[in-house]
Amino acid sequence: MPTLRFTTDHEWVRLDGDNAVIGITDYAQQQLGDIVYVELPSPGGRVEAGKEAAVVESAKAASEVYAPVSGEVVAVNGAIADDPAKVNADPMGDGWFLIVKLDDPKALDAMMDETAYQKFVAEQG
Amino acid sequence: MTGWSQALGAHPAAAGDAPTLSGNRGLQLEEPLIFEQDSPGHSGVDLPPPPAHKSRLDGLERHEVIGLPGLSEPQVVRHFTRLSQKNYAIDSGLYPLGSCTMKHNPRLNEKMARLPGFADIHPLQPISTIQGALELIDTLTHWLKTLTGMPAVALSPAAGAHGELCGMMTIRAALTAQGDARQRILVPESAHGTNPATAAACGYAIDAIPNNARGRVDLAALKAKLGSDVAALMLTNPNTCGLFEDEVLEIAAAVHAAGAFFYCDGANFNAIVGRVRPADLGIDALHLNLHKTFSTPHGGGGPGSGPVALALALAPHAPLPWIVHGDNDLALVEHAEGAAEDTIGRLKGFHGQMGMFVRALSYMMSHGADGLRQVAEDAVLNANYLRVRLSDALSQSYPGTCMHEVLFDDRFLKDTGITTLDFAKALIDEGFHPMTMYFPLVVHGALLIEPTETESKASLDQFADTINGLAARAKSGDVASFHAAPRFTPRRRLDETGAARKPLLRWRPEEPQKEAAE
Amino acid sequence: MRYLPLTPADRAEMLASIGVTSIDDLFADVPPAARRAGLVDLPLAQGEIEVERALSRMAAKNTAAGAVPFFIGGGAYRHHVPAAVDHLIQRGEFLTSYTPYQPELAQGTLQALFEFQTQVALLTGMEVANASLYDGATACAEAVAMAHRITRRGKTMLSGGLHPHYREVCETYAQFSGVEVVALDPAPGAVENIDIDSDTACVVVQNPDFFGELRDLSALAARCHQQGTLLVVAVTEIVSLGAVKPPGAMGADIVAAEGQGIGNALNFGGPYVGLFAAREQHVRQMPGRLAGQTVDADGKRGWVLTLSTREQHIRREKATSNICTNSGLCALAFTIHLALLGEAGFARLARLNHAAACNLADRLAAVPGVRLVNDSFFNEFALRLPIPAADVVAALAAKGVLGGVAASRFYPERDDLADLLLVTATETTADEDIDIYAKTLAEVLR
Repeated sequence: MPTLRFTTDHEWVRLDGDNAVIGITDYAQQQLGDIVYVELPSPGGRVEAGKEAAVVESAKAASEVYAPVSGEVVAVNGAIADDPAKVNADPMGDGWFLIVKLDDPKALDAMMDETAYQKFVAEQG
Repeated sequence: MTGWSQALGAHPAAAGDAPTLSGNRGLQLEEPLIFEQDSPGHSGVDLPPPPAHKSRLDGLERHEVIGLPGLSEPQVVRHFTRLSQKNYAIDSGLYPLGSCTMKHNPRLNEKMARLPGFADIHPLQPISTIQGALELIDTLTHWLKTLTGMPAVALSPAAGAHGELCGMMTIRAALTAQGDARQRILVPESAHGTNPATAAACGYAIDAIPNNARGRVDLAALKAKLGSDVAALMLTNPNTCGLFEDEVLEIAAAVHAAGAFFYCDGANFNAIVGRVRPADLGIDALHLNLHKTFSTPHGGGGPGSGPVALALALAPHAPLPWIVHGDNDLALVEHAEGAAEDTIGRLKGFHGQMGMFVRALSYMMSHGADGLRQVAEDAVLNANYLRVRLSDALSQSYPGTCMHEVLFDDRFLKDTGITTLDFAKALIDEGFHPMTMYFPLVVHGALLIEPTETESKASLDQFADTINGLAARAKSGDVASFHAAPRFTPRRRLDETGAARKPLLRWRPEEPQKEAAE
Repeated sequence: MRYLPLTPADRAEMLASIGVTSIDDLFADVPPAARRAGLVDLPLAQGEIEVERALSRMAAKNTAAGAVPFFIGGGAYRHHVPAAVDHLIQRGEFLTSYTPYQPELAQGTLQALFEFQTQVALLTGMEVANASLYDGATACAEAVAMAHRITRRGKTMLSGGLHPHYREVCETYAQFSGVEVVALDPAPGAVENIDIDSDTACVVVQNPDFFGELRDLSALAARCHQQGTLLVVAVTEIVSLGAVKPPGAMGADIVAAEGQGIGNALNFGGPYVGLFAAREQHVRQMPGRLAGQTVDADGKRGWVLTLSTREQHIRREKATSNICTNSGLCALAFTIHLALLGEAGFARLARLNHAAACNLADRLAAVPGVRLVNDSFFNEFALRLPIPAADVVAALAAKGVLGGVAASRFYPERDDLADLLLVTATETTADEDIDIYAKTLAEVLR
């Protein structure tokens, strides 16, 4: 099972060799409602952990997607830019946002795992 | 992250609603776009043929067809009459939008604004030919100074948000002139979105202050955030929860002690006009909304007018133009010279929203000092009357006396499967425009109700009875009727998701369709 | 008091329901030091008769444009508005309705805005337009801010032919947002050379320019685009687009215009209506409201406000602008007037304006000492006079002619513009008025 981690801002990150695949969680897409637009960074740019990496919008709300890790953006998911509904339909799979080449391959070790994240979500009420 | 899903009620229309032949339903008349009613070459305006002339357009004539449809006057009048009939308005019924102050728009105002001596004068006419216009503006200024207690008023901002920009720009100019440029603006988390947007437009960083359990700004938190890098506090008073900031004097003292300015968003001035003067609260800059407190019409979204009352420290930075008293007459100062050399400059073309000045002054003169005080009292009375009539069935966010508006949240809908949005849509079927929803953000599923002083007791009773009935229905478990609402309007719930995913922002002629090969 | 429905009996009953003895109890949260016991020092309530008398007296001290030969333009234009327009915008459902946030109760407003957006896009030759801003000058400042957001560059170049108020508003906004604005000097009749480099976010030009001159902006647009710079075109006389090639056909990226000339009276400078149009690819960077087409739960066509996440009520400090209102009723008046005119009527209206201005230019240029500056114009042009234009304006006014606006009113410090007069004719300018003007000007200059 590839390493899967979560943030308190409801992003997920999955290890894939030296790279990290990043998206938003099922809880996040439910909270946002029908997603109408995503703004993705450019490949070749950088993201910094804790800083804004992308924007996701529903008809009535806009939210920043914060990078859980730092690194160079190697790919972004054009499919969700064309069809934002994919983020609602499959947030953990086809609805991924970007792939980052990790500055620090061990960056995921200290992050929340799935069990801890589910507990965190349950506490949101 | 916040947001909500829109559950489009996919319920069919009530049984017995058979479709009609025409698509119309009684007085609900369907009406296509003007672009779909084109009679090419036709016009609803008869103009004489232009006399022969040699073109001076130097080869830049427009050869491209514009694409405007041609219609006769009867068609145009019918088109827009039908459109108007699809709108709710203050003239139709109670419009309880919190912080919007949807009061009656007196028709005398419209008559006065249309006097040729006001409507048919050009802003650049020689000053000697528009002394009456300057006199009107000067008189309005006097009324606003007296009502606010402030020494100066800048009249050019075109709307409330524009006035906020004006006020914050004067603050930044004053601090810069003192050699004390600061970086941060404090804004309550309950503030209207224009406040942080304005601060950002002025180049400031925004720092949010939490509410306390009583729905007011947390004074301790405010004091903790004050520092030598804070330029100003932007406060709304009465605030967006409909409550008077009772610690306002302490707030003002703390802000001033830190060398910062006290900006007040005057959107809710209707609660205190004639009874409280903002100058007495320690306010340095305050914008007013002529289209809220002073009855100029909302017009489907504008135009507004947002004059800004300024303290002495900020007055030298007021935007152009200034109206000044000469020896014998009134003059316009249109350049940054003399007394106006420290102005922030111009914020708008020409002089300001003159059409709204005439309407507002007509309103003020009609009410007078006694009438305006009565306005605030009746506004607060009406809101508190609704408060007591509704607070059994609904969940008031901050129990106790409110000012001109009362705030509820969606706790009363807990476990019903019905959201604030659903509740509002059901209210539409009952013939009322919903209250403000989901604002302020400090409570969940907010419902903010402002009746204003121009509602009769009977109107309030009917509204309260309806709300209480809907609340009872919601708690009884009748989810379906709420999700299907509204059913009786010209259109039912509209797909806002689709509109945002594939924005269609203008009409385009259809491409001719090719016949499909069989 | 005629606007207050509550009676003393109502008030007493309501206070009792609330459980307080006096209205003052409901103001208990106001600190005692801030409570005003008595009335403010202003006149008491008045009936319609008195208010009308007082305001009519003020209005009578003004010279209405329609009462005299009138030739003033300079960014606001006197056009004839058909009677039906004012009747329709005064229908209570238009006049007294709010922003269409509840679309089921506002299809009238939303459909009208959709028609307005379409009209503005068609007139300007652009792909998409918003539901209006406050006026042309603030629309221009918003265009500059938008160009900076899109290009992420630091500098804006303003043509010397841009209306001075538009320039001043751009400069004020830029002062606070941190954008560098370089304003070229006005040079009527001269060719302008605008520096464009890799730090230029946009170039702002006006067409017809402040002095009335018309230009083909295609070459400038090409130069801009070579550098990745956006071309913003301002239009102060919207009726010109009935006869003149539109900015969209010349390569404009954003158009910021004043719509007052259609549907709206002079009103001493406001309320007016800012028109804002851009390319579709930039729509998410546009300020202001947008009405979008959609369907309802029954599949019927309808309209909603859309792309709202750009706006302040959602995006707060990250919004594209702080703007909250549009110029709703003025935009509606524009839409109705243009619907009445139609393609043929609008084109004829524009030709009438141009014909009147051609006649006026010929008559005035024939007055000894007067020289026409323009090679081209639509309905406004500049004249060089043998004495300061400000003195001429005053002398004409004393003789009952409102003959235009002196450039020195906008540029008091520029000696090279002291003799320059801006003169306008529209479809409301009668031949007799032109006769009177030519005669009076000759007298004044003798």
